[in-house]
Order: sequence, then structure tokens, then C-alpha cells
Amino acid sequence: MAPGLGIVLPVIRLGGRPVLGACDLHFAAGQVTALLGPSGVGKSTLLRLLAGLMPLPAGARVMPEDGQPLAGRVAWMGQQDLLLPWLDLRGNIGLGARLRGEAVDKARADSLIAAVGLTGRDTARPSELSGGMRQRAALARTLMEDRPFVLMDEPFSAVDAPTRHRLQSLAAGLLAGRTVLLVTHDPLEALRMAHRILVLRPGAEGAVAEDLPLPASLPLRAVTDPDVLAAQAALLDRLAEAA
Amino acid sequence: MRALAAAIGLLLAWEGFVRWTGVPAFLMPSPLRVWNALVTRWDILVGHAGTTLTEILLGLLFGALLGIATALLLSSWRGGRRWLLPLLIASQAVPVFAIAPLLTLWLGFGLASKITMSTIIIFFPVATAFYDGLRRTEPGWLDLATTMGASRGAMLWRVRVPAALPGLASGLRVAAAVAPIGAVVGEWVGASSGLGYVMLQANGRSQTDVMFAALAILATMAMALWFATDLLLRRMLPWQPDALLDSDGEPT
Repeated sequence: MAPGLGIVLPVIRLGGRPVLGACDLHFAAGQVTALLGPSGVGKSTLLRLLAGLMPLPAGARVMPEDGQPLAGRVAWMGQQDLLLPWLDLRGNIGLGARLRGEAVDKARADSLIAAVGLTGRDTARPSELSGGMRQRAALARTLMEDRPFVLMDEPFSAVDAPTRHRLQSLAAGLLAGRTVLLVTHDPLEALRMAHRILVLRPGAEGAVAEDLPLPASLPLRAVTDPDVLAAQAALLDRLAEAA
Repeated sequence: MRALAAAIGLLLAWEGFVRWTGVPAFLMPSPLRVWNALVTRWDILVGHAGTTLTEILLGLLFGALLGIATALLLSSWRGGRRWLLPLLIASQAVPVFAIAPLLTLWLGFGLASKITMSTIIIFFPVATAFYDGLRRTEPGWLDLATTMGASRGAMLWRVRVPAALPGLASGLRVAAAVAPIGAVVGEWVGASSGLGYVMLQANGRSQTDVMFAALAILATMAMALWFATDLLLRRMLPWQPDALLDSDGEPT
């Protein structure tokens, strides 16, 4: 199982405005932590800091539990599928290895293509795939990287509700055992997929993370579960307050 | 088909205009007269056309290569950008007509001065279009490549350059359209062969029909060049957005 991840941050400012408050967060090993909050509260900023897309400010520390550095052990999945239009499905899934000048693990690519239900579409370009298929391809590309830490920034926000529902079930299974940080706007998505939900509430000195009590059941939770639906209502109330 | 009909209509209108007004042939020859000149002088014209075509194609080749190299240099060498960009603009601020006599003086009456002129004209649209393409890579792709541990070189050659190819393609289309200008200007200033030379000679002798014949060959070559370039670029970049739009819009 993937190790847990601790992060200590000073106040993060963007353009002089405090965005994220000073915090000391810990993401449990092999679990999905969902991060919710109003737009502009710094969810994506936190993700970008961890992904190495923004330099860590002075005083910040990122500590994987196994003592190894985080760099090079993170897989990233964004809001758009970010498939390269000039590569076919197989080329896109093997993109990471190609970019590092390594050989693509063909067997692994095959099994992931099968796992996301795209067998037989190997040579299809992204423009020939539907929105849901493209997002599944992006998921396969993320998992192809085989990293212990997975950062997902609203990964399923661009697809319709039924597709999103299916993608969540698929992703939950495939991500099992990895330490996942999932930024989302969708309370139900968080409640279905996450072991822990953090709500970022804006404050004078930057946003503060608050834990949300969750139903006793484990993810992947059923949407028909009354506890899940009650928690969704509570979470919506909490988000409306925070906004 | 529609283009053909339009062309025939235009030729008919032209023939009608000449017959109706009785304009003297040295001012405005009728299309039939031009056709006659084309047929009777074909053996001479075709040789000159070959010269011009060679100049255009070589100019296109060198101009495109120079443009691509300039764009790559501009986008990957931050320090050089401040020096190169003004030079790039200056090369276009000076009209090629103004330096044509100089180039002829330095490089002689042969192919070299014409190819140089074509190259100067062609490299600019190629360089700017490709450079713009290189600067406008989808930021998400760069983020993704960064998290995947891509080196600078891999980022350039596997993400930014392919992403900029549609931009380069539109630069090359413009280049194909303007390529004949450099060659013909060069031939006007000083040459012993080429369609521009033929036009100048014919003009001096009031052989307006020959001039039109040379012009017709030049226009046909320029259009053929553009369509060939366009077709080639579409074949090479089947994934680019406008190619996709075409295949959606109507069966090609």
C-alpha cells in the first residue's frame, strides 16, 4: 500500500491575498481524501503545490511517511482529459514513458486499456472518442504512471451525470491502495469515493480545512444509502455556508 | 465545379468587353488572343516557367527551413529573443523591392538572388506563425508533462512542437501564396530568364498578349502550389481542428 502524506504549509498568498491559511494536514495511507470548498479557496493551489507545478514557499514541508521525497512519485489528473490530439489512445496512455525516454510497458498498457473498457480502440485518436471515453483514457494514463500518490483536480466535472457515476465506480476500484487527494465540487462524488472529506472554509488569514463527519460505511458508497444522502444534504449546507 | 464556372464566366465577360468596346490589343488583348500567344510561344514560355518554378520551390524550401529554425530559436532561447525579434521585424520593414537591386548586385543575375528574395519573403510568415504556435501550448499539457518528469527537450519536441504544427501549417499556406512574389520581383530587377523577365520584355515590345500568357502561367502555378501545399498539410496533420471540421461538414 502507498504511504501516507503529511504537509505543513505557511499562509499561501496569491497576488498578495491570503488564499490558504497555515495548515498541518495529513493524508492517510492508501485512502482517498476529498477536498471541497467554494471556488478560489485554494483547493487547486494545494494540489499544484504537491504536484510540483508551483514552487513550495519558504517554511513549507512535504513529508511522505516513508521518508522518501515526493518528487517523481505523483500522478496528476486534471479537469480536462488533456489527451494529445496527435497521438492515438495507446500513444496517450504511454505518454509518461515516452516523455521520459523510457520504453512503454505494453502489457500494462493493454491491461489498463481493458480495465477502462477501451479494448479495440487502441488506434483511435482523441477526436474519435466520446467525452466519457476520453476521461476513461485519461484515467488509464494516470494509472499507467503507477505512482503511490495520485492528485485529481475535479477529474470528472466535464462529463454528464451518468457517465460521472460510472467513472467514479471505475476509478474507485482502480485507485485502491493509493494515497489519493481528490479536489471536487460535487458533494456526492466526495461522499461516494472518499475515506475522509475536508471542507476548505475561507477565513481572514486564508482558508481553513475542516473535517466533515462521514457515514460509517466505506467507499465506494451506494447513492441509495440514506446515510449518504443525509450526509450529502449536510455537506451542501456546509458548502453554502462556506461560500 | 463552381470555381470552373466562375472562371469561364469571367473569361466570357472579358472577351465580350474587348469585342464590344474595341479596346486595342496592346492595351487589353482578348482571352482568345492570349490563348493564341500561349500556344504559339509555348516552347519558349515553358522554359521560362521552369526557371521561375525552380526559384519559387527553392525559395519555399529555404524560407520554410529558415522560418522553422528562427521560431525554434526564438522560443527556446530567452536571451536571444530580445535581439532576434527586432531583427525579424526589421527584415520585413524594408520592402523587398527596395533591396532587390542590391541582392542582384551582390548575388548576380542568376538563381541565387531570386531564391534569396523568395526566402526573405517566405520565412517571415512561417517564423511568426510557428513561433505563435509554440508560445500557445495548452498550459494543461505542459503541467501534465511536468508531473510526468519530462525533460526540457522532451517537452519541446514531444509536446510543444507537435502542438504548434497547425500554426506552422497556416504559416506555410501563406508562404505558398506569397512565394511567387519574391521570384518575379527578382526577375524584374535583373534576369536573363523566368516569367518575370518575359513579362518585362513583352511589355517593352507592346506584346501585351504574351505578357498575359506569362501571367496566366504564373497564376496557375501559384494556385497549384497553394492547393498542393494545402492538401499535403491536411494529409500530414489529420488531427488538426480545421481538418476535423471539414470531415464533419461535408464528405471530402
